[in-house]
Amino acid sequence: MAQIHLEVVTPSGPIVSDEVDIVTAPGYGGEFGVLANHAPFLSTIKIGTLSFKKDKQIKHLMVSGGFSEVSNNKITFLVESAEYGYDIDVDRAMRAKERAEKRLAQAVQQTEKINRVRAEAALQRALARLHAAERARQ
Amino acid sequence: MPGLKDVKNKIQGVKKTAQITKAMNMVASAKLRGAQEKMERFRPYSQKFAAAMSNLSGGMEGGNLPLMQVRDVQSVEIVVVTSDRGLCGSFNSNIISTADRMRKSLETAGKKVSIVCVGKKGNQFFKKTGKVRKAYTDIMGTFQMFNAREISMDVAENFMTGGSDEVRIVYGKFHSVAVQKPELEELLPIKPVTGVQTEVLEKISGAYTYEPEPGEIMEVLLPLYLNVQVYHAMLEVGASEHAARMTAMENATSACKDMIHGLTRLYNKARQAAITRELMDIVGGAEALK
Repeated sequence: MAQIHLEVVTPSGPIVSDEVDIVTAPGYGGEFGVLANHAPFLSTIKIGTLSFKKDKQIKHLMVSGGFSEVSNNKITFLVESAEYGYDIDVDRAMRAKERAEKRLAQAVQQTEKINRVRAEAALQRALARLHAAERARQ
Repeated sequence: MPGLKDVKNKIQGVKKTAQITKAMNMVASAKLRGAQEKMERFRPYSQKFAAAMSNLSGGMEGGNLPLMQVRDVQSVEIVVVTSDRGLCGSFNSNIISTADRMRKSLETAGKKVSIVCVGKKGNQFFKKTGKVRKAYTDIMGTFQMFNAREISMDVAENFMTGGSDEVRIVYGKFHSVAVQKPELEELLPIKPVTGVQTEVLEKISGAYTYEPEPGEIMEVLLPLYLNVQVYHAMLEVGASEHAARMTAMENATSACKDMIHGLTRLYNKARQAAITRELMDIVGGAEALK
């Protein structure tokens, strides 16, 4: 099967650089999939789970905001952070989720815009981590 | 002539100082390696980001994007990135004096100036001027991207709500282990990037499918770009700080050595003088008995 080169780059270094069969990622308009020889494409990436398949094995990564770019049979993700599902500390993510929910509840009462935005982002990240971790365990 | 005992004590003291400075030199060099690795790991990200920005922003005017909005400059915000700790030569004071000179010249030009301090040393200085809008201290040791995000979000928020019309950043750029210089860059409004050429994203043309529209992509990208710049400045300062401390501590160690050398001379002279005096006494005594 034709393969596509996947690269996931974060500020703390490249996470993935590999030939893969298929990549699915949380794009601006929802989940999208990319196979080999995809047309040039540029999309922003939301917080969520990025999956790719190689040798019949599927791997899941939690990614936070950034963008992705497809050209010349190569897909590059530039994201602020990326973690393999099996590396994720589930307990920590759970705690982060609870904390974010609590903060969110407070922020709604105070109607503080910045805090709410931050808490929402934190909650999304926590949920994405949990999701990626769960998918990795299956 | 100082007493023998005093000189000996002094030599001991200087030796101890030399030990400390030598240890600090070694710690700094170990930390420098870490900081340089961190910079190295960040490079692919920032390069690709700059390339993408260049391709996207090349063809568009940024007038309608809040972070690219060029306004009549009434107030300027200066982000000063220094280290948290001292004992690194003139590194911090160079950054501070560059920033302060800029502040003064802006103020003589009748602009309002506010300062955001990243790192304790800058805050210690600018606190006195009363211009500090926000200070982030004690983060330079182990900072992550999210620290930079916090700073850049705050700066952007202030810019968008009209608190500042222009934002500049002053930091210590790491040229080499021996050379670190204060560097001044303009953060906001973000100017269209041009001239960055790398293999990625080189040939973006009409053939690309954008999701969402390029304009909206920019809206997401610009705050991230600001993060990248702030994070980059922090990384540079991190590495420069350790390099500067290494040099400073090496100088201190060699100064200690010189001092020990001089003091040993002094000690020997004093010792000889004492022996001569004793001999004189003995000879004088013998002479008197004759």
